[in-house]
Amino acid sequence: MTDLTRLTAAALSEKLASGEVSSVEATRAHLDRIAAVDGDVHAFLHVSDAALETAASVDSRRAAGEALGPLAGVPVAIKDVLCTVDMPTTAGSRILEGWVPPYDATVVRRLREADLVPLGKTNMDEFAMGSSTEHSAYGPTRNPWNLDRIPGGSGGGSAAAVAAFEAPLALGSDTGGSIRQPGAVTGTVGVKPTYGGVSRYGAIALASSLDQVGPVTRTVLDAALLHDVIGGHDPRDSTSLTDAWPSFAEAARAGAASRSLEGVRVGVVKELDREGFQPGVHSLFLKALDTMSAAGAEIVEVSAPSFDYAIAAYYLILPAEASSNLAKFDSVRFGMRAKLPNGGTVEEVMAATREAGFGDEVKRRIILGTYALSAGYYDAYYGSAQKVRTLIQRDFDAAFAKADVLVSPAAPTTAFPLGEKLGDPLAMYLNDVTTIPANLAGVPGMSVPMGLAEEDGLPAGLQIMAPAHEDARLYTVGGALEALLEEQWGHSLISQAPNLAFGEEFAAQEGAV
Amino acid sequence: MAKAELMDFDKALEMFEPVLGFEVHVELNTKTKMFSDAPNPAAADGGTGEPNTMITPVDLGLPGSLPVVNEQAVKYSISLGLALGCEIAPSSRFARKNYFYPDLAKNYQISQYDEPIAFDGSVEVELPDGTLFEVPIERAHMEEDAGKLTHVGGATGRIQGAEYSLVDYNRAGVPLVEIVTKTIFGAEHNAPELAKAYVAAIRDIVIGLGISEARMERGNLRCDANVSLRPRTAPGEEPAPLGTRTETKNVNSLRSVERAIRYEIQRQAAILAKGGTIIQETRHWHEDTGVTSAGRPKSDADDYRYFPEPDLLPVEPSRELIEELRAALPEAPAVRRRRLKEAWGFTALEFQDVVNSGLLSEVEATTAAGASAHAARKWWTGEIARIANDRGVDAGTLVSPAHVSELVAMVEDGELTDRLARQVLEGVIAGEGSPQEVTKARGLAVVSDDGALVAAIDEALQSQPDVLQKIRDGKVQAAGAVIGAVMKAMKGQADAARVRELVLERAQQQ
Repeated sequence: MTDLTRLTAAALSEKLASGEVSSVEATRAHLDRIAAVDGDVHAFLHVSDAALETAASVDSRRAAGEALGPLAGVPVAIKDVLCTVDMPTTAGSRILEGWVPPYDATVVRRLREADLVPLGKTNMDEFAMGSSTEHSAYGPTRNPWNLDRIPGGSGGGSAAAVAAFEAPLALGSDTGGSIRQPGAVTGTVGVKPTYGGVSRYGAIALASSLDQVGPVTRTVLDAALLHDVIGGHDPRDSTSLTDAWPSFAEAARAGAASRSLEGVRVGVVKELDREGFQPGVHSLFLKALDTMSAAGAEIVEVSAPSFDYAIAAYYLILPAEASSNLAKFDSVRFGMRAKLPNGGTVEEVMAATREAGFGDEVKRRIILGTYALSAGYYDAYYGSAQKVRTLIQRDFDAAFAKADVLVSPAAPTTAFPLGEKLGDPLAMYLNDVTTIPANLAGVPGMSVPMGLAEEDGLPAGLQIMAPAHEDARLYTVGGALEALLEEQWGHSLISQAPNLAFGEEFAAQEGAV
Repeated sequence: MAKAELMDFDKALEMFEPVLGFEVHVELNTKTKMFSDAPNPAAADGGTGEPNTMITPVDLGLPGSLPVVNEQAVKYSISLGLALGCEIAPSSRFARKNYFYPDLAKNYQISQYDEPIAFDGSVEVELPDGTLFEVPIERAHMEEDAGKLTHVGGATGRIQGAEYSLVDYNRAGVPLVEIVTKTIFGAEHNAPELAKAYVAAIRDIVIGLGISEARMERGNLRCDANVSLRPRTAPGEEPAPLGTRTETKNVNSLRSVERAIRYEIQRQAAILAKGGTIIQETRHWHEDTGVTSAGRPKSDADDYRYFPEPDLLPVEPSRELIEELRAALPEAPAVRRRRLKEAWGFTALEFQDVVNSGLLSEVEATTAAGASAHAARKWWTGEIARIANDRGVDAGTLVSPAHVSELVAMVEDGELTDRLARQVLEGVIAGEGSPQEVTKARGLAVVSDDGALVAAIDEALQSQPDVLQKIRDGKVQAAGAVIGAVMKAMKGQADAARVRELVLERAQQQ
């Protein structure tokens, strides 16, 4: 029998629909896989004990002839930044250890309404602050391609879960690249939708004006199918758009079927392909451009000079908003509460709780943000950063006048070794240089696998960006590029990831000897 | 609370010019809260829920929750802005005011900061001597209320000395409009009365608009009063710079507003005259002792790290909506006063009496409920105001206009005498029910049953044969003694005129 964990969500849902496979079988296969490999990968912070029950209820409703959605019965992993009524939600922080929210995030509610099966909650950098998942209070996640490497961050858990075949689908959140950069370094697909395209209600806020929830998957089509489920207007999120969105799955299928980029103007952003990027990543990027060109795309170089200031602006806006968003973690209404020997005043308990409950990176950004918003510094820091943001939006407008989509490497390097950048926050921040501009402008971006870098054999991703509201364009172009590359390679990239089921591997080796 | 040294008010006014400023918070009576769909305890039928029952994840600031602006609250705010003669901003924005306090669920308050929805207006108020005064309005902006702390274990009920504190978030997120005046000059010796008249005017405006329950004792309407003094200079000389101000909070009645301003003027004058300095601080008004005490020091450098609220879009009301709301505005209070004065036919003095007592709305509502204007005025500025004054509360908090109107009707129908009506009023104020209910429960109705009266009269006549004889002889004034005895027997619950009629009748028949 096929290993159900190796199927794409699209393929699995066909088998579920035809009755060839039950949701219970598919769910059990993934739970078994989690049991087998997650001790090494540590993608999950919590595995649901209700998954099989949920799967069984979907199966029985299907058996009763109920019309179910396209992804009904497919398991899904959920980043721990999203509120779930039936599982703890910690955002990777000690301060929320064991906290079970009294409500579901809108995206989680939509998963349940579409009859997907939540498998568990995935690891992340604390409050999504980081690019390696090493800032999780519950220990790092490891990259399934090489367990000594980081899986990217902040959503390393969701990317690793998908890359390690522990889940066919996962949800992530992307504030400056937390979906796309992990996608790039784990050989998976990640999409940050247009700001406002997906509800933020119930997503624990890092930086409200930048955060966006999106799909983490192994294929472009799977990302589109999941995006179709979670997207759309939510009256509980004032920044949620009221657009009538097209079917992203149809867009992905059309792109893959055509295997053509005829007439598509692909803009290469000069500022997002720099010296200093890993040579193997750069050469994969050039090859991908050749592939697109051969498929009929018109490659144009575009310049976005303000992107040079994107990181600087981002690291003022993000900490400023985060310092305010994280003020609510004060022990008064929920979460951890520090015990003081003398009881303490409320101020003392608040301070002691925040001291003990937050990690260093969180404290660093709260201090930065508090400073940036202070009277006398506001104009120079937060005010200037907002002006840069406007300039970046204008650069995007100008670039999209010349190109239908923009492309760049999704991250400047492949996965770096665990611990390498922990002592150097600036080096860690620079890993998001290619992804941050899209968040500042609110435009959608996707990371698609573009090959293995020659120097380390690790995956790299190509980033595609489209104008705001034009998420469908990502799926059409991404779907076509994915199909063209897999045709060249003769297989999918993720199929080359090491099999982590060590028991079987050793058995096979023994047999061979 | 120790009483500070005070300077005589008139002397203080000789030496200093009082400079005022007010921040009035109005709780809107929308069905739901400012940013959530939790029921609003400040709504007309909001009532008081058990602590922490009128809340949603948004009001508790739970992780992941997001605010959504209440459209009705925006409309109410625009109407209020228009009634204050303000410009309405085509685009205004919410900001976050960041500070840590346990009654503030998110540890930031969502409030409008540099882009308020309404700005640059004025309110005309009438002083006790009948002169009109324009109070300039700087702005009116929308914000959310905080929760409520109860400090347990201390002697004073204040945070100092408390063992622990309880937080009730029912009030958290109640929609507020804060109305901020510009600096007010020229009130002079009328400063305390102006303060009272201004808050009463705001109250009348929001009641007229129907956007707030406006009950000061419940905190629906709250006034923070800023006072500073500046030394007088000779004519032609440069005016002295503005003095340091204090901000008095917890002023929960119209009467307190007046008293608190008067107190602060006298207190500051005493300090300044001795060469002392005023500390810029918030001061707490104590209703019982009539003094203010120092609160927390407040400096202009308080750093709330305001920044635009990223979870909300700018508020951009259409021109059509603004004009629609403008067209629906009720008449302005000044216009209303002129109209009512004419309609009620009061003398200038009578009318001024009502205005100065802050009872215009009560009298109007009582006449609307059916009572004559004169009767309504008589009860409100008479007996009810007297009781209110004895108890140190606003008259409007004691009894509803509907009940006063019912009482008036009962007197006019002869069911109650004035004296009985005062007793019934007492019962109504004590919460025993409506005038009808109190009358019944206390057995206070006028005895109009002639049978009972006749029996009492016959008995009185028989026990005073000499008087009976006098009446029969035509000495009608002698009837007084019998009437007195009957009224006594009836415990006053009889109409004296009717008794007199019957006495004369029965005397001829005996």
